[in-house]
Amino acid sequence: MNYIDNIAFLILLILGVGFFVKNIQKIIRNIKLGKKVDRSDNSNARWQNMAFIAFGQSKMVKRPISALLHIIVYLGFIIINIEVIEIIIDGLFGTHRVLSFLGGTYAILIGTFEILALLVLISVSVFWIRRMVLRIPRFWNKEMKGFPKNDALYILYFEMVLMSLFLIMNATDVPFQQGDSGNPISQFLVPLFENFNVTTLYIIERTAWWLHIAGILIFLNYLYYSKHLHILLAFPNTYFANLNPKGQLNNLEAVTNEVKMMLDPTADPFAAAPEGSEDEVPEKFGASDVTDLNWVQLMNAYTCTECGRCTSSCPANITGKELSPRAIMMKTRDRLEEVGKNINKNGEFVEDGKQLLNDYITPEEIWACTSCNACVEECPVNIDPLSIIIDLRRYLVMEQSAASQELNMMMTNIENNGAPWQYNQMDRLNWKDE
Amino acid sequence: MNVPTMAEMMAQGKQPEVLFWVGCAGSFDDRAKKITKAFVKILNKANVEFAVLGTEESCSGDPAKRAGNEFLFQMQAMTNIEVLNAYEIKKIVTACPHCFNTLKNEYPQLGGTYEVVHHTELLKSLLDDGRLSIEGGKFKGKKITFHDPCYLGRANEVYEAPRELIQKLDVELVEMKRCKSNGLCCGAGGAQMFKEPEKGDKDINVERTEDAIKVSPNIIATGCPFCNTMITDGVKATNKEEEIEVLDIAELIANAEDL
Repeated sequence: MNYIDNIAFLILLILGVGFFVKNIQKIIRNIKLGKKVDRSDNSNARWQNMAFIAFGQSKMVKRPISALLHIIVYLGFIIINIEVIEIIIDGLFGTHRVLSFLGGTYAILIGTFEILALLVLISVSVFWIRRMVLRIPRFWNKEMKGFPKNDALYILYFEMVLMSLFLIMNATDVPFQQGDSGNPISQFLVPLFENFNVTTLYIIERTAWWLHIAGILIFLNYLYYSKHLHILLAFPNTYFANLNPKGQLNNLEAVTNEVKMMLDPTADPFAAAPEGSEDEVPEKFGASDVTDLNWVQLMNAYTCTECGRCTSSCPANITGKELSPRAIMMKTRDRLEEVGKNINKNGEFVEDGKQLLNDYITPEEIWACTSCNACVEECPVNIDPLSIIIDLRRYLVMEQSAASQELNMMMTNIENNGAPWQYNQMDRLNWKDE
Repeated sequence: MNVPTMAEMMAQGKQPEVLFWVGCAGSFDDRAKKITKAFVKILNKANVEFAVLGTEESCSGDPAKRAGNEFLFQMQAMTNIEVLNAYEIKKIVTACPHCFNTLKNEYPQLGGTYEVVHHTELLKSLLDDGRLSIEGGKFKGKKITFHDPCYLGRANEVYEAPRELIQKLDVELVEMKRCKSNGLCCGAGGAQMFKEPEKGDKDINVERTEDAIKVSPNIIATGCPFCNTMITDGVKATNKEEEIEVLDIAELIANAEDL
């Protein structure tokens, strides 16, 4: 009859983890809606990127204050979560602080968790102040209205509550406090509870314990709906990120084949396509919807945590243009989610009359890009908004001939006289004698 | 000025040390032509056996590719590659970071593999090899800031060669707050050079020029013909043309010695 707690815990755990796994599967399925792109090469460099950039957070240090705060929360997250192991064992088997037999080691562990919990609490509060009091501009761009803004705040509140529950749980654990080791922070909370009797303290401790683990499971499931997926996706995202020089855009192979044929005087335009070549012909050049992008670009969209470093360094955005690289990623994710829901509902994608281009991202945004790579350079987890912008431009130009008059002139000049301006190619060496 | 073409070289049965890819701006734009000539003067002085393609050169295709026209880019690339391969070119130098990036990174996959260097890299290696000496001359003691071209810096991580050259001029090199990998674009990349900017509240080149003005330089040095145009316009827009000169690194070196 005393197993009710354990069973309730087991159910909570199964539900929490089960829903999480289900949602992760949805994300993986959505990412796989993207086109193929080979990122299986050079695994050494890829592991290195993951170790330094994701695990070591090497790109964060460009902005030292937020880097320091972030590293505290990150370490806190990883290290304090070791405590979850004990919580799960205790919950399943009805034990209490099962690992306390470790003695001095246990005290050091819990003591470390407590110190980190306090530091996380402080850091998260500073994060909140940066957003809401100092109003750092990159948190207030126009794409950060409504849910994106609240999303960021919910996450901060969640972390505040979880850390407080952990400390309260320790402070109200009478035997733990009597042991007086491993409680460097919670001992200072004890006076808050000095007028409570043992039973009340027990109830508070149990409540905090349950809320703490329930909170962790809820937070785990909130990830799927939030911008916070980066805590998981930063790792694959840095692993699969582009390794080529930033200036190098991919060459479209389908175009290469056609251009080779055009330039080859012996090519027979009416010849039957060689066996198996049909899969290589793309249904369109460039991208107008999320399913035209590759899976790494789609993973990028899920990985983005909307920190806005990209946008705050974008020359177009700085000078008041519509373009915001962060918004490019957010819109890509929004559209991908919409396509995913469509598939959930209908079993397969049913045409909804919408697409990424125009309905989410406007031509005005993508034409404002200078392809300067500042956004790519800035991203702490190697997201590449520029590649999406270029793919959308390719669709506009090659499928819709929708470049501006000026760009069309430039391209006509290149075609006719081999220079973006209207000069005769035969005059190319005139400078020598001027 | 001695500017042999590849066709002439071939007729004499000679292969140059390096091909100088002049680029469209360097060939046609009045301002950029000065950079081209300055660079040639240095090459002549350092006795570098180089050649140009002359009328056989054509746009690298960079602006077309960045504007989204992959067809036109690949047409240009393959035509150029045919010419370059026919001359058995091994090494290319260019004063345009856009040509540099495209030739270096985007041509190999299409069958054009060359050693491609930016002119500041070549000048740096000439200096290291003792083939070129740089003196401050008329720039001695001046305050110079270097604007990193995106396609040289972030795109290909060349940050030091231009700076080392500037420092050889006995000048004071001052860095803007946004420099190297944090450098702000001049506003011309991604085919923006050929169009009006989208609606906004400021022009990018003015924003960038203001970065430079903050460190009050005598000269803003660049390594890109487009950056040069944009920053020159920015200096005019901020009414600083009396105080600040915009010069390419090749011009700094050539002018220092009155070449």
